[in-house]
Amino acid sequence: MSAATETRVSASRESTRLIARRPGARRAIRREAVFGYLMIGLAVAFVTVFTLIPILVSLGLSFFSWDVITPPQFVGIKNFTRLFSDGQVLSSFGVTIVLAIGIVVLQIALGLLLAVLVNTRKHKWTKALFRTTFYLPLLASTAAVSIFMGYLFDAKFGLINYYLNEIGLPSVPWLVNPTTAQITMILIVVWQQVGFTFVLFVAGLTSVPTDVLEAAAIDGAGAWRTLFRIKIPLISPTILFATVVAMINAMQLFDQPFIMTKGGPGTATTTATIAMYQTGFQNLQFGYASAIAILLLVIILIITGIQFLAARKLVFYQ
Amino acid sequence: MTTTEAPSAVHVAGRRRRPAVKVGSIVGMIVLILGAVFAFGPLLWTLSTSLRTPAEAFTNPPQWIPTDWDFGNYAAVFNQIPIGQFFLNSVIVTVLIVIGQTITCTLSGYAFAMVSFPAKNTIFGIFLATMMVPLQTIIIPVFIIVRMLGLSDSLGALIIPALGSAFGTFLMRQYFMQMPRELGEAARIDGATQFGVFWHVYARMASPAIATLAILNFSGFWAEFYRPLIFLNSQSNFTLPLGLVGLQGNLGTGSISVVLAGVILAMIPSVLLFIFAQRYFVEGVTAGSFR
Repeated sequence: MSAATETRVSASRESTRLIARRPGARRAIRREAVFGYLMIGLAVAFVTVFTLIPILVSLGLSFFSWDVITPPQFVGIKNFTRLFSDGQVLSSFGVTIVLAIGIVVLQIALGLLLAVLVNTRKHKWTKALFRTTFYLPLLASTAAVSIFMGYLFDAKFGLINYYLNEIGLPSVPWLVNPTTAQITMILIVVWQQVGFTFVLFVAGLTSVPTDVLEAAAIDGAGAWRTLFRIKIPLISPTILFATVVAMINAMQLFDQPFIMTKGGPGTATTTATIAMYQTGFQNLQFGYASAIAILLLVIILIITGIQFLAARKLVFYQ
Repeated sequence: MTTTEAPSAVHVAGRRRRPAVKVGSIVGMIVLILGAVFAFGPLLWTLSTSLRTPAEAFTNPPQWIPTDWDFGNYAAVFNQIPIGQFFLNSVIVTVLIVIGQTITCTLSGYAFAMVSFPAKNTIFGIFLATMMVPLQTIIIPVFIIVRMLGLSDSLGALIIPALGSAFGTFLMRQYFMQMPRELGEAARIDGATQFGVFWHVYARMASPAIATLAILNFSGFWAEFYRPLIFLNSQSNFTLPLGLVGLQGNLGTGSISVVLAGVILAMIPSVLLFIFAQRYFVEGVTAGSFR
């Protein structure tokens, strides 16, 4: 992409230089620039006021103590030193990372499995039917999902424990016990989001060139070898993209644990974003909450960076 | 030597593998059907339970396909909570954001792709960088700005901050970049203005990208919970997701089927849109991947 932009930029510069020799051309260039600025004006204004400035303000606020009522007080890096000795906040980041890893691993593995299986189906309508079915959960809002999953996973009256008992298994204390509550969160998020990775992988697998697959078949490669030696390496850029997006989303997990358990039992499902919400919007410690928000940003950037570095060895670009 | 051996080897391998492929195909189908059951089951349960009377909502096993449909719960949602109001609020917020972003992102995406002006790449680079920042990191300053603008506890608090989008700009730019520049140049020679070229030539061709962006925004903002939770206080301003969660809290376990009727009602617009524009949902999922 960058190479293409560069050539385009240099080409346009070349042409500007050529045009610039002609009379009146300079005015045309200026008019084009004015037109360009007018066109991006609205988007730039909104992004500046509601994203760019807030990033800087958030960074600034993390060095202040502020309760909204009295004026902010500069406290230096005190928010950050407090953060790193605050057991509750640190545990919320631990919870976030544990849940995120569980979600991403399952979401990628299941999405890939289903995509590979659907991809091998020959009938068009079979493919379409499964594609629609796996996408359906994404049409519900996270709030709606949290509501009906709360009923289904209810430890006493829930349908899931009912069916477990029917096949002779004991009830599971889904949202009651800290460990199972974390597992339940992972399952619920994966249930809804797996359609996203699935659709991505189906698109990737469909774009694997058929002549490569035919060549592999002629060379006597079986289904498994074709899958692991050809298909998966060829769609590895898509897998990287899906992993990064799923990870960034999972690190921001809020709706499901907030609605279903309010972060409980105890603090078992209190994610970093819930801790930030409680600190900022319930305890009105806006400075400290900003420090948590900045730490979240830094961690997301680091994890994304690690994924891209690791991908250098694993991802195969054509 | 090899020429005589090779075909027979392939032949033998092929014959030996054929039953394995068949077994694999059947196992694969079973896994897919299991996956579909798990994906669809909770949604079907929600639908069938919303059609049962509140008294028998929590009796197991459920009647997966209800024989006598009871739409009483759907009437009850409208009587017990202002779901009509929530619905209207959600429609206003979502529609205005979709229209707003379509305008701002189409204009800016076109300029970043087709128009040359100083500092273009720098500005676009800053746009790209902001895409990495999670909403939670900027929510406190946005909350403060919304208050300064006098928008607290109003639908404007949700709409106005969402009218511009770095991602939407990126998406539209990608699409305009693929279009041939010659068309615009020809129109310019024929005397079209800069804006005329955009409006009459390129904007018309961008409708698939606009549809993708609109669908992405619709699904995102229709389902949004976090910003409404922070920006809204009065129930009369609640959007559907926030209202439904409140409904669940207020009514308790006695009226599960009523709550689920609300959940189904909230899903109807998404499902309808999905039926008619499935292609753009899929485009939306793959649109973000960098190439």
